[in-house]
Amino acid sequence: MAYSDKVIDHYNNPRNVGTLDKAKNNVGTGLVGAPECGDVMRLQIEVDENQVITDAKFKTFGCGSAIASSSLATEWLKGKTVDEALAIDNMDIVEELALPPVKIHCSVLAEDAIKSAINDYRVKNGLPALEMAKSHH
Amino acid sequence: MLTFPIYLDNNATTPLDPRVLEAMMPYFTGKFGNAASRNHAFGWHAEEAVDYAREQIASLINCSPKEIIFTSGATESDNLAIKGVFEMYASKGNHIITATTEHKAVLDTCKHIEKIGGKVTYLPVNAEGLIDLKQLEEAITDKTILISIMYGNNEVGVIQPIREISAIAKKRGILFFTDATQAVGKIPVDVEADGIDLMAFSGHKMYGPKGVGALYVRRKNPRVKVTAQMDGGGHERGMRSGTLNVPGIVGLGKACEIAKQDMEKDTARLSAMRDRLEKELLTIEESYVNGSREHRLPHVTNISFKYVEGEGLMMGVKDIAVSSGSACTSASLEPSYVLKALGLSDDLAHSSLRFGLSRFTTDEEVDYAISHVKEAVAKLREMSPLWEMFKEGIDLNSIEWAEH
Repeated sequence: MAYSDKVIDHYNNPRNVGTLDKAKNNVGTGLVGAPECGDVMRLQIEVDENQVITDAKFKTFGCGSAIASSSLATEWLKGKTVDEALAIDNMDIVEELALPPVKIHCSVLAEDAIKSAINDYRVKNGLPALEMAKSHH
Repeated sequence: MLTFPIYLDNNATTPLDPRVLEAMMPYFTGKFGNAASRNHAFGWHAEEAVDYAREQIASLINCSPKEIIFTSGATESDNLAIKGVFEMYASKGNHIITATTEHKAVLDTCKHIEKIGGKVTYLPVNAEGLIDLKQLEEAITDKTILISIMYGNNEVGVIQPIREISAIAKKRGILFFTDATQAVGKIPVDVEADGIDLMAFSGHKMYGPKGVGALYVRRKNPRVKVTAQMDGGGHERGMRSGTLNVPGIVGLGKACEIAKQDMEKDTARLSAMRDRLEKELLTIEESYVNGSREHRLPHVTNISFKYVEGEGLMMGVKDIAVSSGSACTSASLEPSYVLKALGLSDDLAHSSLRFGLSRFTTDEEVDYAISHVKEAVAKLREMSPLWEMFKEGIDLNSIEWAEH
């Protein structure tokens, strides 16, 4: 299977690989997927007092499309408000990276990671967790 | 000088040896006759070439040329052996014993047999990838007509105890079939000494052409017969109809001749090269060889690099062509059933790469592969949340992973 140029670019030059201090109150961490399934994503956001995401980092165990999906997600998250970030849909990722049908689950996982990170941030700050709209597989 | 990408997936297929191509060429054009044409020189030349190939093949595996049935490849040979025996010996029983690490061509044929009223026992393997002979004996019933165990495994290269298996089969009056696709031409395979009754193999795994293979069918002690699976002109002693693929057969013959002549030299060179590759790659922290290292084909190694996903890793080593036990591309997301049968956890199975060397692999290519893989594993681990957790001493089993 051939990868799209954008997937290859994100794979070769992943944006925002790294770790934020998960102990901080304004950092939300999402850890989704499972090693048995061949993909695990950890996505973190740092949020300022205006609810703007000032930093985003990821680490992913998975195929090229999973790495690219999470790398793209961090790119998109930076500068968005938390509410805007919630609107990111996995199909936007599919479209941007031209993922084939067998790789759609990678984009779903990235969306889950975003929502899971936001929920972690919300709970830390005394807000109720949001319902996860989608579940994968 | 290196040419990219470097091919290290020789268990999938091998390049054609130029000496094989040279032998085949005349049979596409000038000597194009049908080997079944008995009434003119075109047919005679073709038949002569086919007979010569039969001798070359017979000489490699120590059988009579008459015991070679030409097919389109090992998948067809597997089908013909298993379905053919099941039909031919239906009056004796309906039970077949095989193993969980067999090639799909055997496993799916066995599933077909189950659908048409047969019974199949799938023996498990141990962590080394070997079947248990005691379990084999215990699985035998008075309805058992065939034991089908592969010679060398395609994913991990593990060699089964063929002589012990055939001795059990013989003692109990059961036929023994082996899919020897990965073994013939690579290691000494002797149907007499090994006690094999039927054996499948193909051209393209031993530097011969694709689209041609053979089924060895024993003619003496015992005389084995299989029911044809295709109706037609009754070629190949009535067991496999269809005009013979003369150029392909000539190629298979030549490939066998070269294999016999070069085997000792090739094996010594390949196993030293494989051992060097393996030793170097095992210097990578948390890397593991899958399957027996003692009972193994000389040119294969299958290694898991923990905390790195195999398909992602393959993308990182795009300058070398290898394969992975990860099945990230399949809808099921199931990793290799062979590695799972060896008892590997799913995450280790997802993290595996298979390296298959060939007669044409050079030391420079292996050097490149070593440094390329080391770099890619390091890069991906930098990106891996699992590696970070491992380094922090977090037990990954203690985490409740989201169902997915």
